[in-house]
Amino acid sequence: MLEIQTPETIMFWVLAPLSVIAALGMLLVKKAVHSALLLAWVMISLAIFYIAQDALFLGIVQIVVYTGAVMMLFLFILMLVGVDASDSLTETISGLRPIAITAAVGFGGLFVSLIGRASLGRDAVGLTEANANGNVEGLAAKLFSTYVFPFEVVSALLITAALGAMVLAHHQRSVARPTQREQSIARFRTGSLAGVAGLPSPGVYARHNAVDVPALLPDGSAAPTSISATLKARGDMLESRSFELGEVDNTVAEEK
Amino acid sequence: MNPYNYLYLAALLFTIGAVGVVVRRNAIVVFMCVELMLNAANLTLVTFSRINGTLDGQVVAFFTMVVAACEVVVGLAIIVTIYRSRRSASVDDASLLKR
Repeated sequence: MLEIQTPETIMFWVLAPLSVIAALGMLLVKKAVHSALLLAWVMISLAIFYIAQDALFLGIVQIVVYTGAVMMLFLFILMLVGVDASDSLTETISGLRPIAITAAVGFGGLFVSLIGRASLGRDAVGLTEANANGNVEGLAAKLFSTYVFPFEVVSALLITAALGAMVLAHHQRSVARPTQREQSIARFRTGSLAGVAGLPSPGVYARHNAVDVPALLPDGSAAPTSISATLKARGDMLESRSFELGEVDNTVAEEK
Repeated sequence: MNPYNYLYLAALLFTIGAVGVVVRRNAIVVFMCVELMLNAANLTLVTFSRINGTLDGQVVAFFTMVVAACEVVVGLAIIVTIYRSRRSASVDDASLLKR
């Protein structure tokens, strides 16, 4: 018998494989930023699943809290920390990956077969009755009657977490910040006088937005100290040579 | 549609998240995989809520979201603190007790 496909079925079979692929991609892509974007996609799909399952409030909260606030926080920290060697996919503990994949296949297989065997002995009830007065109203009635104590505890947890983050992020200097004069004296006391006047600034060439092009020293070699270490680590440093003028163009463009 | 399909999907996502926690080295990516696992658990709760016809599952999923938000705030603060002292966000570098 040909079953009539409901919109929810179509939605599920389109979005579920996509979210699984995105979740797998999270493990396989090299850059953490790409992982974050794929996770955002999974979270938005989950929000759609929630809304399809009569959990309108949770679906909206999922978008606002997860894809809005939490993912923004992740991206913010990614920008703060920057890229480093930990983005690489090389295996640091030998034999870890096959073990992990074997364990995952076993774990997932156990899960799926358990769900396949387990049954409540009846069909799904559905939330039409529970949501009769509206989903938000129904949730509020539960939250402020049966679950009022957990609700209060959770509020205490939120405040504690905010305080904890503030304490962790607070940075107390054990020594006073060196003044400009002290820094200058310290530069003179180092062995060489190369950096006494400060490090060279990048971008001697007007032909390129040259934060990523090293400055040239008087002898014609590039000054590696003129480039930010982050750009160097990221491999975004360009060669100075490619921007050198071959020969000066003496012809003047004809005026029209 | 049979709501049990959502449970299969949640199980898959949870497993993928668990593998990510083990395999990836960047602390932030590991953390994102933990978030994926929490989200998969939430999907299970919402589906059970629908199967049973009560809203309790959704209330618990709501609490999970709050706890996850707290976890993210504190966890990222810890990552930033470690990064500040070690200049690395790799979980392998924080192995001082081993030596």
